[in-house]
Amino acid sequence: MVSIWFFIGMILLVYGIVICAAGVYQLYSPPAATLTLSNLHAGIWWGAILFLIGLFYTIHFRPSKTK
Amino acid sequence: MNATNRLLSLSPIDLIIIGVYFAVVLSIGFYLKRYTKTGEDFFLAGRDMTAWIAGLSFLAANLGSLELMGWAGSAYQYGILATHWYWIGAIPAMLFLGVIMMPFYYISKTHSVPGYLKLRYNEPTRALSAICFGFMTVLMSGINMFAMALVLKVMLGWDISVSIWVSSLTVALYVTLGGLLSAIFNEVLQCVLIWAGALLIPILGLIEAGGWNGMVNKIAERLHNPTYTHLWSTLGSFTDNPMGIHWTGIVFGLAWVISFGYWTTDFLVVQRVLAARDLRSARMAPIIASVFKMAVPIIVILPGLLALAVLPMKLVPQSQAGPGMHSYNEVLPLMLARYCGPGLLGLGVTALIAGFMSGMAGNVSAFATVWTYDIYRPMIRKQAPDAHYVSVGRWCTILGVLVSIGTAYLVMQFASIMDYVQALFSFFIAPLFGTVILGMMWKRTTPAGGFWGLLSGTLMALSLYLWVKFDPSALRIVALSPHAKTLAEDMYRALWSWLTCAIVTVVVSLMTKPKPLAELDGLVYGVTKLPAEDALPMWKRPVFWAAIVAVVFVIVNIIFW
Repeated sequence: MVSIWFFIGMILLVYGIVICAAGVYQLYSPPAATLTLSNLHAGIWWGAILFLIGLFYTIHFRPSKTK
Repeated sequence: MNATNRLLSLSPIDLIIIGVYFAVVLSIGFYLKRYTKTGEDFFLAGRDMTAWIAGLSFLAANLGSLELMGWAGSAYQYGILATHWYWIGAIPAMLFLGVIMMPFYYISKTHSVPGYLKLRYNEPTRALSAICFGFMTVLMSGINMFAMALVLKVMLGWDISVSIWVSSLTVALYVTLGGLLSAIFNEVLQCVLIWAGALLIPILGLIEAGGWNGMVNKIAERLHNPTYTHLWSTLGSFTDNPMGIHWTGIVFGLAWVISFGYWTTDFLVVQRVLAARDLRSARMAPIIASVFKMAVPIIVILPGLLALAVLPMKLVPQSQAGPGMHSYNEVLPLMLARYCGPGLLGLGVTALIAGFMSGMAGNVSAFATVWTYDIYRPMIRKQAPDAHYVSVGRWCTILGVLVSIGTAYLVMQFASIMDYVQALFSFFIAPLFGTVILGMMWKRTTPAGGFWGLLSGTLMALSLYLWVKFDPSALRIVALSPHAKTLAEDMYRALWSWLTCAIVTVVVSLMTKPKPLAELDGLVYGVTKLPAEDALPMWKRPVFWAAIVAVVFVIVNIIFW
């Protein structure tokens, strides 16, 4: 059985890429409505954190290894 | 609903994130169906979960609308006092379950808490408990559905009925396919996503408010009231704190009766621990969960407090929220809209949906187990092949969801989600805890004592509720003060209900004949030989980790005194 941690790693990996990419896009094309603390560009670093955690879990619990 | 009536609009990126979530939870259900063949697989996940998975699932099953929406709103309404429901109202009970009670549940090999009552007492006690539990479970499930639909309506303008049907049918599908195994896998996933989506709000909120001290000062300035950020120092009088409660209600009503009742006897959470692969894992699971439980206020209570400090508008009770106004229950969506842009917004919405779905799945899977093993099998069809009961469990899942949908529409009539839930707890959980703890700790407790204690405790809770409902002046007797708010009333009602159960159980037990000691082996403290842990190194023993959590628990209470 594939480990649940692999599923979690995969979804965090995908979310990290999408959120980080959206953050970078907003950096160069800011939305019309400004959010509070938008200058911190939370999407970029939060997306990067999710990506790194997801990458670790995906590799560490990949099916070929857990078998 | 047009765009001006909703808090925010989702971008295509947000919709992708939500779509990926639904795809993954359904995929997990389809994938796990092949591993769910026997009753043990479907109802107890094959009893093969590690301590971490059982522990996170144990926590996530409780992270429904109650946690995310209700308590963030309660933190806005009552201040940091809401943290008591996470700390003294949870941690001691979770440690007690892991250290003291779990061996009896696990060694007895019961499928459910009502099943334990059958072994310890008799069939009528099991039947009463199972019927009460089934009733409470579908009501709770309905609450979850309603809360989620409300969030989606407020945030995104989605129709309440569509939200209820889409989310509930998704849960029905993956639980029907993979049973408890699917529910547990998805709960662990949902637990991670809740943290990933919700943790950013307190981080950014604290930055905006100027840290913890900045937030405390802002709240005191805006409300002209310094009591919102003190955990214990304002509980000396009913009138000194926003909740209108006395420390005796918190300690005896919440910490002792409601908390121990919920965390040690509510089958919704206990079922997750019963799925552990061995006794040590089963004992460690609640202890691991307690660590995360102690941290949950960061993503639930703190956003409510931050909203008091930074939101420009004043939130009101649900019943008073007119056009252009926002209720307490909308705290989290409002904070999400304040800080999160495309992508992060989708993740935040996913976290809320995940919370609601994990709560629903927990209720539905527990309902299917109790209905099948504690009502259908003993009362309707005693002898049938294992596959028949699995099939009944699958149909019960669908039936439970449909009944819950009906309940969701019923819940819309109630002003406050939280108060309703607390009232339910005191009806069923408080007396059940009295019955279980006396049966587990006192070998003299008799089957007649257990049954009449449980029945009288439940009737007492119901009577007190109706008394105050029809004569509000009775509050000064039930809750010891005319100033007590609804939550305080619930605490005291639970306490009286538990005391009634305990007294009746003891008196009836002393007047009736106890079971022979041989029949209590594996069920009662002092009669059961528990497996020794002397061979384990100290750092692997559940007691060691429980002691560490207990020390941290005392320290954080002193810090926020």
